[in-house]
Amino acid sequence: MTNDEKTHIVPYKTQITVLIVLIILTAISVAVTQLEFGNMNTLVAMVLAGTKSFIVLAWFMHLKYEKKLFPIMVTSVVILFLLVLFVTFFDYSYR
Amino acid sequence: MTIHRDDLGDKFGMWLFIFTELLLFGMLFVVYAVYRSMHPEAFRIGGQELDVAMGAINTVILLVSSMTVAMSLTAMQKGDKTKCLQLLGATLLLAVIFLVNKYFEWGTKFEYGLVPGSETLQELGHGTILFFGLYFFMTGVHALHILIGIGLFIFVIVKVKKGDVHKTDYIWIENTGLYWHLVDLIWIFLFPLFYLIH
Repeated sequence: MTNDEKTHIVPYKTQITVLIVLIILTAISVAVTQLEFGNMNTLVAMVLAGTKSFIVLAWFMHLKYEKKLFPIMVTSVVILFLLVLFVTFFDYSYR
Repeated sequence: MTIHRDDLGDKFGMWLFIFTELLLFGMLFVVYAVYRSMHPEAFRIGGQELDVAMGAINTVILLVSSMTVAMSLTAMQKGDKTKCLQLLGATLLLAVIFLVNKYFEWGTKFEYGLVPGSETLQELGHGTILFFGLYFFMTGVHALHILIGIGLFIFVIVKVKKGDVHKTDYIWIENTGLYWHLVDLIWIFLFPLFYLIH
C-alpha cells in the first residue's frame, strides 16, 4: 500500500496564477508573430511553447510535487524526442 | 476487509501511457519539421490561411479547462464534492466548446476547398498539399483526444456522483487530469506551428 503518503494539495490561488501566466505567454507568442526576426521567429515561438509546457508539467501535472522519478522520466522522454529530431535532420542534411 | 490500492502504481502507468502519446505526436512533429524545411514558403502561405483568432480562443479555452480540472482535484482532496463536480462540469463544457469551434473552423476550410484531395488544393502545389494534409491529420488526431476526454469526464463525473471517487480515493480525477493536461500540452505546440507561422 502506498496510499499513506502525505499528499500535496495545490491551492486554488496557485492554479489561477499559473493560468494567468500561461495566457500572458500565449498573448506574447501571438504578438511576436508581427515582429520580424527572420529565421528566429520559429525559434522564439518554440521557446515560448517550451516555457508553457514546462509550467503545465510542473504545476498542473504536479511534477513539482511528485517523487523525483517522475520528472526524471519526463526529461528522458523529452531528450529522446530531441535526439530523434536531431538524427532525422542530420540524415536529411547529409544524404 | 481492505481493498488493495496502489495509487502510485496507477499514476506511474498513466505516465507511461502519456509517454507513448508524446512519442506518437512527437513523430508527427518530426514529419512536420522535415516537410516544413523542404517547403518553407508553402507552409508560410498555408499558415496565413488559418484563423489566428479562432486558434487563440481555442488555446485559451484549453488552458482554462486545464486549470478547472486541476482545481477539481484540489476540491476533492479538500472533500468538497459539490465544487469538484462543478469544476469537472465546467471542464466538460469547455471541451465541448473547443470541438464546436473546431467544427466551424474546419467547415470554413471545406467551403474554400482546402481539404486533402480537393481540386483547389491540387492546383496550389505539393507544399500546400502537405501543409493541409498535416493540419487536418494532426488537429484531427488532437480533436479525437478531446472527444475521448469528453467521454472520460462524463465517466468520472458519474463516479464522483456515485461516491466511488471520494476524499481519500481520487486517482480517477488525478489520472483523467493528467490525460487532459497532455491534450493541452499538444495544443500548446500545434497552435504556434500551424497558426503562427511567420
